[in-house]
Amino acid sequence: MIQLEQVTKTYPKASRPSLDNVSVSIEKGEFVFFIGPSGSGKSTIIKLLLHEVTPNKGRVVVNSKDVTSMRSWKRPHFRRSIGCVFQDFRLLPNRTAYENVAFALEVIGKTKAVARRVVPEVLELVGLGGKEHRYPHELSGGEQQRVAVARAFVNRPLILLADEPTGNLDPDTSIEIMRLLDRINRTGTTVVMVTHDSNIVNQMRRRVIEIESGRIVRDQARGVYG
Amino acid sequence: MRVKYVLSEVLVGLWRNVTMTIAMIITMAVSLTMLGASGLMYRQVNDMKDLYYKNIEVSIFLSKEANEQQRADLHAKLKSDPLVKEVVFVNKDEAYKRFQEMFQDAPDLLSAVKADSLPESFRLKLVNPEQYREIYNQYKDTEGVDEIVDQSQLLDKIFKILTSVQNIALAAAAVMAIAALLLVANTIQVAAYSKRREVAVMKLVGASNWFIQAPFVLEAVVAGLIGSLLGLVALVAAKYLLFDGALSDLQGLLSPVTWGDILVMFPIMAGVGGLVSAVTAWVTLRFYLRV
Repeated sequence: MIQLEQVTKTYPKASRPSLDNVSVSIEKGEFVFFIGPSGSGKSTIIKLLLHEVTPNKGRVVVNSKDVTSMRSWKRPHFRRSIGCVFQDFRLLPNRTAYENVAFALEVIGKTKAVARRVVPEVLELVGLGGKEHRYPHELSGGEQQRVAVARAFVNRPLILLADEPTGNLDPDTSIEIMRLLDRINRTGTTVVMVTHDSNIVNQMRRRVIEIESGRIVRDQARGVYG
Repeated sequence: MRVKYVLSEVLVGLWRNVTMTIAMIITMAVSLTMLGASGLMYRQVNDMKDLYYKNIEVSIFLSKEANEQQRADLHAKLKSDPLVKEVVFVNKDEAYKRFQEMFQDAPDLLSAVKADSLPESFRLKLVNPEQYREIYNQYKDTEGVDEIVDQSQLLDKIFKILTSVQNIALAAAAVMAIAALLLVANTIQVAAYSKRREVAVMKLVGASNWFIQAPFVLEAVVAGLIGSLLGLVALVAAKYLLFDGALSDLQGLLSPVTWGDILVMFPIMAGVGGLVSAVTAWVTLRFYLRV
């Protein structure tokens, strides 16, 4: 599903590489944590998988597509097969929960009729049934993140990337979001999550890949937060 | 649905930043009016050149001492000259008649000049009026020729002035176009900034580049087209007030500006306005949205 082959990424003007000769293979349906201190290069992995940055060396393959040499005009279509959730939710403040999710569908060319059918379903799935018409500021942090997850998942992507999705949430809410991600994972979606929330990693007991200074120092099948 | 979405985004975009939109439209309109005006002038000057140069005459004045034989020789020579299309001989009486017509409002002058004192002349129409020099060189030393006068020298001066006025209008159009261009770039930047969240989400979920850019580009194009419409209105007003109004006394001198002439300018203005706006917006987005 996802392969990094000896990937090195050095940002311009950086003194050392963010990722240094990293190789990882992730199978379809896996749930993987990338952990490590700030600046270790975790988020660079997400950016590589989204084709937001390209590696200096090595190969990145996502959904059996070689992203390394993908032309930028192909990027939009490529991204439709990937859902993405961030620490800061990235919701549109002037749109309701429903509209936020529907917006993601409409801008990739789906009709309003499709949105009417699919959006309530996915909002129900993330546990926001009955709150479709609330604006983000009328929702709690956890609920906002649920909207973001609904938006990421509404297309039924093969891969869900989560960049510190619980970073802004309290422990109890974080657990709820993790349950949601777990449920999405059980539908067959590959989930890649970057975090430094040790509590969550220890509870989930999933594959843990630890990165330090751009190198993989641990790759454990049912790991804990070191 | 997508078309509807894009169009509503365009309207919202224009309205959200309405002061900037108005500034953009006004500069665009002024610039395009200048462009249209200099285009019209270009056509006018060409029309007038055709008209005037076609009727241009070279006058060969004979000296008082010229005798019958010299006159007849010259006449024959001119008639057989391939550069000359038409020769008319103006004798003293006819010269006086012309003089009387020309200065009928100045009786003092008329009474001071006797029919006898005006020189005889040949009035030539040339096949190609620009070959005046050759005629001049060929005949200036012929016996009995006093002076050769070419109207085209005067016309050259007039057209030089008209051409420079036209160039000034074009330069003004260019300067205003730069201002309009900067305003478009700025408006698009502001619009892109105010929609940065939407754009970020669109990029994230994989909206196509044209779909992200279209509302911004169309916003600029609509402003450009409105500007060109205002420019058309300005040209129509100029025809009403200037050519049909203040300058109507000069009707005989200026070749007339028709409604057709003005309408022909409109597609040019609209095309330039729309295209310049679109390209500017698109380039701005390249730098600013990095899509």
